[in-house]
Amino acid sequence: MKAAINAEAAAALIPDGAVCLIGGFMAVGSPRRLIDAMVRRGVKNLTIVANDTAVPGKGIGKLISAGAVSKLIASHIGLNPETQAKMIAGEIDVELVPQGTLIERIRAGGVGLGGVLTQTGLGTLVENGKQIVEVDGRQFLLEKPIRGDFALIGCKQADYYGNLQYSLTAHNFNPIIALAADVVIAEPQHIVPVGVISPDDVKTPGVLVTHLLERAL
Amino acid sequence: MDAKEVIARRVAQEVKPEMLVNLGIGLPSLVANYLPKDMHVFFQAENGVIGLGPRPPEGMEDPDLTDAGGGFVTAMPGAASIDSAMSFGLIRGGHLDMTVLGGLEVDERGYLANWMVPGKMVPGMGGAMDLVAGAKKVVVAMVHTAKGGHKIVQRCSLPLTATRRVSLIVTELAVIEPTEKGLVLRERGPAVSTEEIVKRTGAKLIIEGDPPEMTLN
Repeated sequence: MKAAINAEAAAALIPDGAVCLIGGFMAVGSPRRLIDAMVRRGVKNLTIVANDTAVPGKGIGKLISAGAVSKLIASHIGLNPETQAKMIAGEIDVELVPQGTLIERIRAGGVGLGGVLTQTGLGTLVENGKQIVEVDGRQFLLEKPIRGDFALIGCKQADYYGNLQYSLTAHNFNPIIALAADVVIAEPQHIVPVGVISPDDVKTPGVLVTHLLERAL
Repeated sequence: MDAKEVIARRVAQEVKPEMLVNLGIGLPSLVANYLPKDMHVFFQAENGVIGLGPRPPEGMEDPDLTDAGGGFVTAMPGAASIDSAMSFGLIRGGHLDMTVLGGLEVDERGYLANWMVPGKMVPGMGGAMDLVAGAKKVVVAMVHTAKGGHKIVQRCSLPLTATRRVSLIVTELAVIEPTEKGLVLRERGPAVSTEEIVKRTGAKLIIEGDPPEMTLN
């Protein structure tokens, strides 16, 4: 059984300079109470790995506005003008990665693989500086694994063991990042007794989860 | 009928029953409005659903159910929610029958540029590179020219999205098929002459006989 901690206690675990993988797609599925607590704590110099930075005032966009981020690895920042402005001003070092490549690099980091071979990005700017590998006569880009110090997860439901269930399009990066960090913090909307979530509905086994955020009351 | 409606109605003819289809945000998303009412198609939103449905009634929105643009949607009976690794596995693995994307430029090789304008617009590629590299059929839906400037050009001047030849270009003036020999003019827009298309295209067009006028859904 895991103890449920509050958002402040969870945010206090994350030091300046940490590498954080964060779930969410345009803030859908992001751990919002935890992000709010990180902003209140004033954490700095984070490296964020996430699909996008939502919009100013929502989800990861709040960390961007607060100046908490110095490096970002993401697939899309087009809907957050603050991220773009900070990138142009040199305040945030941004690495743009195709979405399918980004999720597989994280998966590789989480499941013990040495990288991913993909045709996505061949012949484009994404290819720059990367090794091209030929397999059975076809060319692929070698994309290297990504891991984080922390994975910050938003989910629909957790049980006392930390088994997680997700809702609809709020899955996105969450089940994958749960594999790829030293410390996994999950923010569920509900916490239910063990046995309530059917084994078939568990998408992240509780053995991967380090800390559960107490539910919002 | 405005240019976008002509394009959406023509592209709708490319959609066949039971296909798995991904429509980009903006103009491509209009295609769903012009399908035959009794045709069953699986729409994918790459953020995590197969079986995307229309916007829900006011007040019925689910915060965990959005499309790739972050807009509220519904899930049709028989829908499946998936994580990003599954979603891009479908795209990259050749399981997606068709994608419809917007374009900034397409060139005589059939190469598409649609993800950045250096120095002006750097939103990130999101899923575009995976979609163009992996979908079975790639349809570019775009207006023929932008502010008088050519969008169909000899060689793309903007950074490429992929070095894979797209399947079809549909504009309000023409349907053009990129082939090994070059860009073949297949159809003319409503009341548009072949001469006008040639005049308003910045690339060499291969014209075989008298291309028919396009029919619209």
